[in-house]
Amino acid sequence: MSNANGTMNLTLKVWRQPNAQTAGKFETYKAENISPDMSFLEMLDVVNESIIHTKQDPIHFDHDCREGICGMCSLYINGRPHGPKRAITTCQLHMRSFTDGETITIEPWRAKAFPVIKDLAVDRSAFDRIQQAGGYISVNTGGVPDANEIPIPKVIADEAFNSATCIQCGACVAACKNASAMLFTSAKITQLALLPQGQPERYRRVQSMVAQMDAEGFGSCTNTGACEAECPKEITLTNIAHMNFDFFSAKLFREEEVHAENHGG
Amino acid sequence: MSELKQTFNSSLGKKLIMALTGLFLCVFLIVHLGGNLLLFKHDNGYSFNMYANFLTHFPPIEVIAYILYLCIIVHAIYAYILTTNNRHARPVDYAVHTKSPVSFSSKNMGLLGSILLVFIVIHMGDFWYKYKFTHSVGYKEYRTNLLTNQTTVTDFTPQTADFEHSQSFDGDTEIIRVKDLHSRIVASFSIWWYVLIYVISMVALSFHLVHGFQSAFHTFGWVHRKYKPIYEFIGTWLFAVIIPLGFAAMPIVYFIQSLNK
Repeated sequence: MSNANGTMNLTLKVWRQPNAQTAGKFETYKAENISPDMSFLEMLDVVNESIIHTKQDPIHFDHDCREGICGMCSLYINGRPHGPKRAITTCQLHMRSFTDGETITIEPWRAKAFPVIKDLAVDRSAFDRIQQAGGYISVNTGGVPDANEIPIPKVIADEAFNSATCIQCGACVAACKNASAMLFTSAKITQLALLPQGQPERYRRVQSMVAQMDAEGFGSCTNTGACEAECPKEITLTNIAHMNFDFFSAKLFREEEVHAENHGG
Repeated sequence: MSELKQTFNSSLGKKLIMALTGLFLCVFLIVHLGGNLLLFKHDNGYSFNMYANFLTHFPPIEVIAYILYLCIIVHAIYAYILTTNNRHARPVDYAVHTKSPVSFSSKNMGLLGSILLVFIVIHMGDFWYKYKFTHSVGYKEYRTNLLTNQTTVTDFTPQTADFEHSQSFDGDTEIIRVKDLHSRIVASFSIWWYVLIYVISMVALSFHLVHGFQSAFHTFGWVHRKYKPIYEFIGTWLFAVIIPLGFAAMPIVYFIQSLNK
């Protein structure tokens, strides 16, 4: 917590890397007079302001909504994605979660499929390509259908909604010892596989999204559960089991061919 | 054909192969432990030697045995491929690692599996290979008086080198001559470091299966709350406790017996 002045002084070890081609290294910065009520990103803003005043290159990091719903922030703080607290994103992390005088190590998500753009910002377009490979449903054009036209049991609706809360931040990949994207991919597949609207493409979807996931160079799941523990939206490992089941059903028991295009990043 | 190839070359397909071969090996462990409980019978190795002879001369079991060896090899090769791919998926490692709230087993399946592979090579080299392909295993002759059911046992040297097993009668006496794997076991399990290798390997087996057994079902996608607790219970108590304990008990008991001689 804070010192006698009600503020905190911290040492930051931040990963600096000009681009994906150049090797990066840690730089040390002082973060002084930090309010414990600041969010982690606001603290970085303060540090960046002082860096800019010395005419140096500020620390690059991803952020957007700063209220935990967009999935842009992506910092690996003291060995954990989104920092030490459970079920929040980095922007929802406050400095009161740290102690005065502490050294904080900040790293980017590390995965072959997430190349560093600059410093702490990584390229997560691999997720977009997985999504584009099949994470959609077909809807006829025309008038807007009535709400609740298709009856969906409450349990199913809740389960699908839980899967749908995935914000694509990539903390699952960052946390996994294999840099596997299976929690993300399975959440996107399960969300649609559970609902009636997702049925027409259900078995084609699972095949093409898994194919795209493999093509992006993510690792495989070992059912360890680090992803589930670190997911800011608490997506469960059960999604991966759902995906496995649909994948094997599609591949081994169904007559549905998939011509997955758009392979490779 | 190429479609099937595509299926099993995918990340999920490789995991399916790991799960299927792993579960087959788990089933084998039950049979192997059950059969080897004959080692605890105090009959100078008669039952065990007859059992070993049966296993190596009954064709259906020989077929299953070769499927088993194939499963071990496939399980190991796919584990190697998957682990290598997983390593490549993160070329630059993190500088800071916190202790994540996940099990030791699930993070170290590769290490535990490697220990088990080395163990299998030692274990099969010492017993299976010597029994089947060398003449270094001796023979025993069991003479049972069928009227009194008294058995006497002596060493026996066959006329031909490839002698395996014979049963004959001499009046009321049944004479059984069989390869004596039991003595080979007694000899091996009287060496302390050999027993230690077995015990360490069975600890590794326990940790490997506490994650592996239930993980296989997760790979199939069978996680319904109705039966998930059942296979988790079996995975923990049968495969991570009873089976490793049962196997570890054999070298330990034989070692203690060797001290008393």
